[in-house]
Amino acid sequence: MADIRVQSEPFDYGQECAAFAQAHSDNGAIVTFCGIVRGEDGLQAMEIEHYPGMTERALHRIAAEAAARWSLGGALILHRHGHLTPEEPIMMVATAARHRADAFAAADFMMDYLKSRAPFWKKERRASGESWVAAREVDEQALSRW
Amino acid sequence: MRVTILYFAWLRERIGLAHEQLETDAATVTELVGELRTRSDRHALAFSDLAAIRVAIDQDLADLDAPITGAREIAFFPPMTGG
Repeated sequence: MADIRVQSEPFDYGQECAAFAQAHSDNGAIVTFCGIVRGEDGLQAMEIEHYPGMTERALHRIAAEAAARWSLGGALILHRHGHLTPEEPIMMVATAARHRADAFAAADFMMDYLKSRAPFWKKERRASGESWVAAREVDEQALSRW
Repeated sequence: MRVTILYFAWLRERIGLAHEQLETDAATVTELVGELRTRSDRHALAFSDLAAIRVAIDQDLADLDAPITGAREIAFFPPMTGG
């Protein structure tokens, strides 16, 4: 049921939202979220590494778990890898449901899980050099909400 | 047992390899890590703090004490930072 896409190419968030809403127009509620590269602290670029094969498997599993917990008409997870620059979209999720509570909860759940359970790693480049982004304890703790 | 070992992010950089093949009799991930540490100084350094390392067995997340019997692909990487 879920549309899972892992790609290096940029995507148009507005177009993806419109296409998702169109494809799920028989649902009463659509929730979408987009993560964007923050250009703070002099960030010049970001490299996202992932584990091909396991990534898609993990994202499908997260979407399936969301569909098991809430009544969904559809879900999309799109995540980029490779080279990104500030203000570019990194990833998006979209959910469709009969009512908004299910769509919001499922989108929130999928975001929490893909932050620390999908095999992506971010490396940031600044004038001072490159460094891997450290996992945040708060992201791990967020999973206990569910 | 022949397994493919994969490394990602700073583990890959510290070890200097993205993957390697290994013949092993290790029964668990922890035993396998013990063998990997002896392969080179770079391996030893990369595996010096196990609290900073996550593992997947055949593309499923696993614990360090998980059995690896029959596994074909074992991946080591830092905590994930997607989203």
